[in-house]
Amino acid sequence: MDQISPAGIQSIPRIMAKRPTRISARKVNIFYGEKHAINDLSIEIPDRAVSAFIGPSGCGKSTFLRSVNRMNDTIAGCRLTGEVRLDDKNIYDADVDVVQLRSHVGMVFQKPNPFPKSIFENVAYGPRIHGLAKNKTDLEEMVVASLKKAGLFDEVKDRLHQSGTGLSGGQQQRLCIARAIAVNPEVILMDEPCSALDPIATARIEELIDELRQNYCIIIVTHSMQQAARVSQLTAFFHLGNLVEVGDTDEIFTSPQDKRTQDYITGRFG
Amino acid sequence: MIDLTRNSNNSFLSKRYAVEKRFKLYGALALVLTTVFLAFLLLDIINKGLPAFTEHRVTLEVMVDPAKIDAVNPQAGDFDGLLKDTLRAQFPDMGSRTDKKKLNSVLSQGAADDLRDQVVADPSLIGQKIVVNALLSDESDLYFKGLAPAKDPAFLDQVKDKFGITKSFAWRFFENGDSREPELAGLRGAIVGSLLTVIVALGLGLPLGVGAAIYLEQFAPKNRWTDLIEVNINNLAAVPSIIFGLLGLAMFLNVFGFPRSAPVVGGLVLALLVLPTIIIASRAALRAVPPSIKEAALGVGASPQQAVFHHVLPLALPGILTGAILGLARAFGETAPLLMIGMIAFIADIPKGFTDAATVLPVQVYLWSDLPELAFQSKTAAAIMVLIAVLFAANGVAIYLRRRFERRW
Repeated sequence: MDQISPAGIQSIPRIMAKRPTRISARKVNIFYGEKHAINDLSIEIPDRAVSAFIGPSGCGKSTFLRSVNRMNDTIAGCRLTGEVRLDDKNIYDADVDVVQLRSHVGMVFQKPNPFPKSIFENVAYGPRIHGLAKNKTDLEEMVVASLKKAGLFDEVKDRLHQSGTGLSGGQQQRLCIARAIAVNPEVILMDEPCSALDPIATARIEELIDELRQNYCIIIVTHSMQQAARVSQLTAFFHLGNLVEVGDTDEIFTSPQDKRTQDYITGRFG
Repeated sequence: MIDLTRNSNNSFLSKRYAVEKRFKLYGALALVLTTVFLAFLLLDIINKGLPAFTEHRVTLEVMVDPAKIDAVNPQAGDFDGLLKDTLRAQFPDMGSRTDKKKLNSVLSQGAADDLRDQVVADPSLIGQKIVVNALLSDESDLYFKGLAPAKDPAFLDQVKDKFGITKSFAWRFFENGDSREPELAGLRGAIVGSLLTVIVALGLGLPLGVGAAIYLEQFAPKNRWTDLIEVNINNLAAVPSIIFGLLGLAMFLNVFGFPRSAPVVGGLVLALLVLPTIIIASRAALRAVPPSIKEAALGVGASPQQAVFHHVLPLALPGILTGAILGLARAFGETAPLLMIGMIAFIADIPKGFTDAATVLPVQVYLWSDLPELAFQSKTAAAIMVLIAVLFAANGVAIYLRRRFERRW
């Protein structure tokens, strides 16, 4: 497959040479009714790495993120043209099962949104509806493993059957991450996962993202440029529905090619 | 130095306070007024209705004369004559026609029926002397309750002195169907009719309404058609109930040929009537569930149907139950549409099924309030009390259910 270089100005990021491509988008246009939210976007996302989408509010980064697991389908009047490939399959092909897709592409939302059920039930729900567990002990092991991966198990092991909504904000968000990884996804999408959390909880989540990077393809949308710099290997800068620049995180933050990127990361607008 | 003390120098500020005080006063006044009206209404109903729950009986020592009551066929015996003779025996000097009439009007027509039931159940009583508490007629009953003057109070006092009058709880008010005799008329027919009707109404209206709400709120595409449907559902909620009655008459009775006055038809009409209420309340409840919950479910790969039934619907259930309570209350209290399908007929029998002729509580109230006999006034008030009690009980159950579902989360 030929490499696409967005906006036609950058060289291929170094990370793409080290990791296989997991997700590639080609000439994606997204419309909300009449509004053109994403304009002719092409990008490649590496596996087992964290890719950060940054940009001012309303630039379309969340919109594009939600197109990767077709969450935009639930929004009335939302249309997409072009291709989004997961491995080699265009997820917008007519024969793609959305439910199947979402079990491979998990999502963590801006506001922690645990189900108003017990901690155990929150994590067990995904495996249960996908029939992943053969029996009860199997399911219990899966829940414990997911909670451990999300770094939450030690804090909640004595109250697995209490409500998930009783946890602190940071714990709730880690519970949501545990819920997402319980169905063994390959890709995890995170839509500003720390915007509702305090700095300590944020640090904890960032640590977790860094650990998860070993096994998952992670895309994170963030408003915090420091966060993007800290956790990601690849950074993509969005502006007014355009993908302005994409490259290795250190490159983007030290020597951005585009004037707009430079202005944004130095705080001149945004 | 800033002056923070309250003083009247600042006229602008004191004006603001005055407005606030006045507003609070209006609120308090409105509250007091409604409370007074409500208390007056309830007290008046209870005051008028309570006497209907008791009845007076005269204690007679009756010789069950084998000459009048055939031991082979006690059913056909002249129990009425037996009771009247017992009464007459104590007033030997009352021989004229008017006197006889006076004597005959002491007892209820139902008194003989009670005695007949007793003897038929136990034929060994024939030939024995037994004590019978015979039910008084409505007029003498009202006299002893002190609610109405009697034509000849001295005579009734004599009866009391000679035989003794007892007062007891009127179970027959809950055991009998309707009757032309006030002292015999009961509510059971109306209560059973109301229950049967409401069972049909909610049994149809609740699943249909909740299903429609789920579809419209969660699955239906948002386009001109669904907008049109939504507007029409809202309009339907404002349609006068008598129109639904006419619809029921035209469709269910005339076109489909369903039985007249039957709870099943009443229930169908009421189901149509409460449907918009249930749909609107259920949609509001579903809309109030944060969309993040549905997104979370979709995010882990639940199908839209799973997301709705596993997560959204359980969270909306308390609100949906509120809609059901509103529908239930409306169905219980509705009168006008049922008049149109014939549930206003005088029906003495207690309905045994959904297709038997029946009436309902509010219609019974309407029927009784129309009758000239004084005793029916307190019966009407008592029926209103029962109607209110049934409504409270039904609402209580629904509120209990709602609390229980809320606690689960």
